[in-house]
Amino acid sequence: MAPYDLVALFGTTGSYFVYVTIGFAFGFILESSGFGDSRLLAAQFYFRELQVLKVMFTAIVVAMILIFWSTALGLLDYDEIWVNPTYLWPGVVGGLIMGAGFILGGYCPGTSLVSVATLKLDGVFFFLGHVTGIIIFGETVGFITSFWNSGYLGFLTLPELLHVETGVVVFLVTCMALLMFAGFDWLRSKIYGKKK
Amino acid sequence: MGGALLGILLFLSFFVTSHGLGASGGVNRIAVAVEDLVIPEHVDKTPYIAQMAGGDRDPLAHWIVWEVAGILLGGFVSGLLRGRVKVQTYHGPQITPHTRWAFAFAGGVLMGYGARMARGCTSGQALSGGAVMSVGSWAFMFAVFAGGYVLAWFVRRLWQEA
Repeated sequence: MAPYDLVALFGTTGSYFVYVTIGFAFGFILESSGFGDSRLLAAQFYFRELQVLKVMFTAIVVAMILIFWSTALGLLDYDEIWVNPTYLWPGVVGGLIMGAGFILGGYCPGTSLVSVATLKLDGVFFFLGHVTGIIIFGETVGFITSFWNSGYLGFLTLPELLHVETGVVVFLVTCMALLMFAGFDWLRSKIYGKKK
Repeated sequence: MGGALLGILLFLSFFVTSHGLGASGGVNRIAVAVEDLVIPEHVDKTPYIAQMAGGDRDPLAHWIVWEVAGILLGGFVSGLLRGRVKVQTYHGPQITPHTRWAFAFAGGVLMGYGARMARGCTSGQALSGGAVMSVGSWAFMFAVFAGGYVLAWFVRRLWQEA
């Protein structure tokens, strides 16, 4: 049953080949969606273009539904899947810092990679900054250890938090995404008129 | 369309490998690999990077590094097919390329620092953690958008028309 132990199946080198393939598809989709262009990514934050939000939330909802159904059908062992542990406060503060970095820099780490791959110089400068920020964090995290480990709630999921069935959360998240798309479309037409 | 494809890819990644997608963590390991070549003693003494590259550990022996290599390759091939591989700077209509480079670098610094603090970036936390309904990942996702939307109004000269 899925997921699989790739190293046992294909050896270490073989498993790397699988990851290069997955990465290739990821990079290809990001670039094809136009996400190697910082102007499109930034336009999201002015409600001018909504592809970023739509692609991202559609992806989350589609993956969530497929994971939910394949688990329900007994094809996938959900307990073997990596669920990000919750460290609430560093997650929220780090997220706010990243939001600021996103609108100033015009990219997120993944999209900056496809920008670099297509030789965009703003992507290259973002990438250099990204590496610098990573190194600064690695050198200074010792000073904020207790904060960095604060708000730890373990591998907590939304169904566990809300005490409802997983299917209910899948349904609610899907509704939320659709409502959000409609709301943003409405906002865009209010601000910029009907034309796309 | 891209969203549905990305969702299927994200699902396949979980289904086949047990975890989702990532980006920032791979760049982290590549940066640490370079540090380990230049200043190995320092790497061994700094706990956060020693866990990736201390002693005999190879920071590149990790799935996310290979995924990042794939992202670069896939982005390049897609760009090639669409005639978008060329040296240029994307910038808002009111600023020069040089201003754009400075802000891109500054934004990158914040992004790198924040992603390490949050233990993941838009790919590793928001997309992947969001799909498996991690509470922390959803809180993180709203924080990223909140930070972006609030600051966007103040820096609109960077991106918007006059």
